[in-house]
Amino acid sequence: MVRYVIVDTGASRSFPGPHPFLERASADGTVTVLLGAGAVAAYRPDPSKAAILVELGTECLGEATGENAGLEGSNTVGFARFRLGDGDPSDLVELVRQPATDPASVEVARAILEEAGLQVSVCSDFAGRILDRLIRPYYNEALTRLDEGLASAADMDLTVKLGLGYPEGPIELLERTGLHHHHDVTKALFETYGTRHYAPARRAVVAKRRAEREAGE
Amino acid sequence: MSEIRTVGVCGAGTMGSGIAIVAARAGYRVVLYDTHEESLERARRQTEGFFGKSVERGKLTREQADAALAASSSTSFLADLAECDIVIEAVFENLEVKRALFGQLDEICPDRTIFASNTSTLSITEIASGCGREDRVVGMHFCLPAQLMKLVEMSPGLNTSEDTFKAAWAFCEAMGQRPVKTKDTPGFVLNYFLVPFNNDVIRLIEAGVAEPADVDRAIKAGLGYKMGPCELLDLIGLDTQVLLCEAFYGVTHDPRCAAPPLLKRMVAAGHLGRKSGRGFFTYDRDAMYGG
Ligand SMILES: NC(=O)c1ccc[n+]([C@@H]2O[C@H](COP(=O)([O-])OP(=O)(O)OC[C@H]3O[C@@H](n4cnc5c(N)ncnc54)[C@H](O)[C@@H]3O)[C@@H](O)[C@H]2O)c1
Repeated sequence: MVRYVIVDTGASRSFPGPHPFLERASADGTVTVLLGAGAVAAYRPDPSKAAILVELGTECLGEATGENAGLEGSNTVGFARFRLGDGDPSDLVELVRQPATDPASVEVARAILEEAGLQVSVCSDFAGRILDRLIRPYYNEALTRLDEGLASAADMDLTVKLGLGYPEGPIELLERTGLHHHHDVTKALFETYGTRHYAPARRAVVAKRRAEREAGE
Repeated sequence: MSEIRTVGVCGAGTMGSGIAIVAARAGYRVVLYDTHEESLERARRQTEGFFGKSVERGKLTREQADAALAASSSTSFLADLAECDIVIEAVFENLEVKRALFGQLDEICPDRTIFASNTSTLSITEIASGCGREDRVVGMHFCLPAQLMKLVEMSPGLNTSEDTFKAAWAFCEAMGQRPVKTKDTPGFVLNYFLVPFNNDVIRLIEAGVAEPADVDRAIKAGLGYKMGPCELLDLIGLDTQVLLCEAFYGVTHDPRCAAPPLLKRMVAAGHLGRKSGRGFFTYDRDAMYGG
């Protein structure tokens, strides 16, 4: 079993509560895991490690490691356990590598995550990784089409559940996990991609402004 | 509106044969029409097979299955639809073909007959236009496989009367289906979300963000979907996805709906998905989905 050390850099979106991945950490080891909101800022290269894992939010891994004209890559990988807003984290971890990341480091990272019962999808260092990049335009469209009266929220949700077998419809899911979070993620994606499908939908903007006002009161 | 007893289904392909099963199973008399004898023959075999399995699985009694089979007939003569109270068309996804069919049916069927279209991408209003009974045309979009999926997206065209929509809705419920109301806009709800979403998946793979297996795992484990998008695309058929893109992009001009270059290359290479044994994944050619 690979031994790994967890360095706490602040509140972690990936591991907000107890989890086997946290319990299995050691006091020393060949792998370092930077956990929490400050992980990117706390990152320091250390070629002596088998792997360094950096928790990511909406950042790219390159913000921690630096980039070099497409040749970047080291023993460092990024990771984020997929989670929608205030919802519970899923069992899916997106593991981020750069073009020249050492494959052995990717495999070590994959192994320690899988041993803790998580599932791992490897992806390149793009904004939104796999899931946010794919689902945010869909959620934006659902919100926009709700405004335009394509169908009622209940019918839209029911349609994707019955027709596509999704466990939850887009509107109920965003309401449950916090529309203002959808705003924050799409805003970050929009900054990178610039296409209208990532621009936060009106309902998300409204929710965000209300959340800000309430926080200010 | 008078009661619906006899249901006409036009097109004995993938969807039409499934819709005919749904109606017969619910106790309606069903006339299945197709211009191709082979399609009708295949539909007859599949229907018998399906009801046979329903009995084996205890979903229908032998008597119910026999009654449903006895109530089902098929024909290659359009005139045999003259007694139908509703006709559901599931012919090729082509506006002219559908319009011509409704025009001919208008001359054959009595005034009371409702015309329903199972179109996935065309406008109900445009299909109805000029058929002679625009007020009695309604969108009824079943899901694949129709004999198993309960959802039906129902859309009124601009000229559809409220009575027609209500009667078709009640009929849909009486068949044991679950209708949802949507506007007559391209793709209704399901395809409106699904077609561009699937294109985004293809573009993400083309951009080298992740491999198909990683995308599918992420979607299933992260969101709890039963099927990953690459698996689903292989099932739909990549050639079908191209057709859907063409239909959608032509109407919406939304760049997300345009067929991604990788999709076109895969189709050109004969990687059509399950049906050709290879798409995003490779398959044993003889394996039937869900078999
Ligand atoms: N396949 C799907 O997943 C799906 C799902 C929902 C809706 N639809 C829609 O259902 C319709 C049919 O699709 P399908 O997949 O069953 O197609 P299909 O190609 O399997 O079947 C079409 C059938 O219609 C027959 N046909 C064509 N023109 C005809 C005419 N003028 N008169 C009588 N019969 C005619 C053909 O011989 C063929 O048997 C389309 O409008 C499609 O968009 C398809």
